[in-house]
Amino acid sequence: MSAIHLIVNNRPHDLEIAPDTPLLWVLRDKLNLTGTKYGCGMGLCGACTVHLDGEAVRACQTPVSTVGAKKITTIEGLSQDNTHPVQQAWIAEQVPQCGYCQPGQIMSAAALLAKTPKPSDDQIETAMVGNLCRCGMYQRIRRAIHRAASTAGKGA
Amino acid sequence: MTINRRQFVKRGAAAGAGLMIGVRLTGPLAWAQESDAGAKKPAPNPFIAYVNVRPDGHISLIVAKSEMGQGIKTGLAMILAEEAEVDFNAVSVQQADTRPDLYAHLGTGGSGSTMENFTPLRRAGATVRELMITAAASRWNVPSAECHAKQGTVVHLKSSRKATYGELVDAASKLPLPDQEKVHLKNASDFKLIGHATPRVDVPSKVNGSAQFGIDVRVPEMLFAMVARCPTFGGKPSHFNAEKAKAVSGVHDVFEIPALPGDKFTAGGIAVVADSTWAAMKGREALEITWDHGTAASESSDGMREALRTAASTPGKRVRNDGDVDAVLSNGARKVEALYELPLLAHATMEPMNITVHARGNDAEVWAPTQSPDWVQGTVAQVLGLKPEKVIVHTTLMGGGFGRRYMADFPAEAAQIAKVAGKPVQLVWSREDDMTHDFYRPASCHGMRGAVDANGHPTAWVHTLASTSIRGYWDPKASPESQEVGGAKEMPYAIPNVRLEFNPVASAVPRAWWRSVENSFNGFAVESFIDELAAAAGKDPVEFRKNLLVKSANWKPKSEDDPDPARLRAVLELAAAKAGWGKPLPKGRGRGVAAFASFGSYFAEVAEVTVKGGEFKVDRIVAAVDCGQIVNPESVRSQTEGAIIYGLSAALKNEITIKNGAVEQTNFDGYDPIRINEAPEIEVYLVSSQEDPGGMGEPGLPPLAPAVANAIFAATGQRLRKLPFQLKA
Repeated sequence: MSAIHLIVNNRPHDLEIAPDTPLLWVLRDKLNLTGTKYGCGMGLCGACTVHLDGEAVRACQTPVSTVGAKKITTIEGLSQDNTHPVQQAWIAEQVPQCGYCQPGQIMSAAALLAKTPKPSDDQIETAMVGNLCRCGMYQRIRRAIHRAASTAGKGA
Repeated sequence: MTINRRQFVKRGAAAGAGLMIGVRLTGPLAWAQESDAGAKKPAPNPFIAYVNVRPDGHISLIVAKSEMGQGIKTGLAMILAEEAEVDFNAVSVQQADTRPDLYAHLGTGGSGSTMENFTPLRRAGATVRELMITAAASRWNVPSAECHAKQGTVVHLKSSRKATYGELVDAASKLPLPDQEKVHLKNASDFKLIGHATPRVDVPSKVNGSAQFGIDVRVPEMLFAMVARCPTFGGKPSHFNAEKAKAVSGVHDVFEIPALPGDKFTAGGIAVVADSTWAAMKGREALEITWDHGTAASESSDGMREALRTAASTPGKRVRNDGDVDAVLSNGARKVEALYELPLLAHATMEPMNITVHARGNDAEVWAPTQSPDWVQGTVAQVLGLKPEKVIVHTTLMGGGFGRRYMADFPAEAAQIAKVAGKPVQLVWSREDDMTHDFYRPASCHGMRGAVDANGHPTAWVHTLASTSIRGYWDPKASPESQEVGGAKEMPYAIPNVRLEFNPVASAVPRAWWRSVENSFNGFAVESFIDELAAAAGKDPVEFRKNLLVKSANWKPKSEDDPDPARLRAVLELAAAKAGWGKPLPKGRGRGVAAFASFGSYFAEVAEVTVKGGEFKVDRIVAAVDCGQIVNPESVRSQTEGAIIYGLSAALKNEITIKNGAVEQTNFDGYDPIRINEAPEIEVYLVSSQEDPGGMGEPGLPPLAPAVANAIFAATGQRLRKLPFQLKA
């Protein structure tokens, strides 16, 4: 067990926890932030995608001891009221079916758009290829990212 | 916990519940409180839902249909709101808990939720509307015919009087119910909601992380559990040492749970109970177990494939036998033969199996992402030695179902663990557990023989189907073909001599319903082989099919699953037209078609592929859909896209193989579904129809694989007869 200090969605947390615990399970079981999902435990499906200092990472492959002072953002921290342009686009394109993979999809898309405000289809595929959607909503995801790219920064 | 129907309603009434109507599939509507009047023995409950108009005018629809992404909560609210003449937002759908005394038909599967509920909910909505109009007319002392309802308000135009449903609900609840068969249903041309794209009510919570899936359930003092199961089907632990597992920080307890037979089919194993999911995982890793691999340890996919090939080449039980195929096939007509092979498949829902059970001694509470809450209830009750009514199951959202979440294995395991743990326990399956202990889509092999005459007309069709049947696993005494022949038996093309025969192949691998069940493999065999016959006849694949989809004047369906050839032909024509069928494509590209009806809906899909060397890519899928009366076109499109991608994963990539009695694929590396870079453009075209609604969750899948195979044939001349497809360079 180690004392670990985390900043999650701009809130500090002090935890006593096994240092090899993946960030995924710290978020879900200790901090009750269940929006970040378990899908594979091997970094293959992207359901657990969160941001570390704005960078999309797989929380299941991130031992909590390696986070350090980096700021963690989860789906709950993107915006609670669905005002983030990616969330808005996801609603407009009616992307989710079962919805289980969508927090991870949205966090990957938000990280992409933060760096590449007008991504091409190829750039979208490269950024999103690690996020599985078993409901098969890829066409809507592609459209929603383009929509978010065209609406971001326009007022709101 | 043991409130009967009468008390339920009385309690509701005491709380000022307004108007409460029980909705039943058939027979008269009833006031909920009248339904059990005089009933001595609880008969099978007839109600599928309850409609509650509250004093504020808001309508709750309480229904036991599970939401797994198909948008059912939205669709059912649309149907009710349409006939009740209220805004869509005035209706909310509540997930009913397991109360078989209150709700019939708790399961969600077979693409049935809209089919089952469409007419009963329309009648319930119309009943609300008529009661409100009657109450208002009586209050104003005017004829009902002079009043109409709009947006939750009854209006008398002549006197400019208005009253909201909330104002009328008290009076309406005292009126006699109109006859269900006689309530006036709206004309389809007057629909304002049904048939109009409506945003899904569950979407907002699914984009901010607040949607609560089964695995997100958090209960005070809860523990987390994982089970180490024998990798070999039918195997069990012969010895285990829990010392190291118990030493893992956070692990509370380690104990063996036995395998459960019957309809539960749990593997049994060693349970690890801990204070977090990660501690349970680490504890399980630290277990030292010696397995007795059991009698199935020699089973392999190679052996299964050989047995299936042999069975598909051997005459079997005749399921359909029109005319005399033997005479035609022996008389020197031009013969075509092909063998199609499809593997075992896992469901691989994004959310692995999980469930939370709190066994409290005299009763129990369960939070389950399940398609069959009543089966969960019965199973948990049986394991805990309780009466079913002492177990209440709260159905949560689920991260995909596809048939996997109909099963009661994980609920049974969780009940075994909760009984020992004494605290609420969330059983979590890892991805590896989920992949290696699924109930798989049966493996199948299809021996096809056909004949084409000198004019290019097909004269004989023989389909010898062999599969590791579902019923063969569940009930060795049942007819093994009963859930294997759908879609093959109803082969829709007008060929004078047709035979379908079936041979089961034994296996210890668990099998059950996978999205579209047997239609997933029979659709491939039928729609591939008709394409081969078209090629043998030298005919265009669309024209060839069209000419065989003949609806004679005296046509009648032979069974309720028998598709209407005219509707199938219409979607075929629509898909072909929208896809630009017949327009030349550059070299290396090809177009293929398949048309298939299942679950009461008609689909045609045209695939376009690009082939380069030994590789190919699916560029575009054009789908035409006739699912009868459309409720929410948004959901119909979304389900079509989803079924296509799910089918594409099976066509191109996925296969479960068995070695030494165990599944070889353990995660998304060995069983990698379609990803965004492989996803084609999908265009969906909807047929406007007022036929009864068909299902939408499954029927988009069967035509996908044959359409792609037929496109590859068009591009290369190669027939791909084995899934997942592998192109020869």
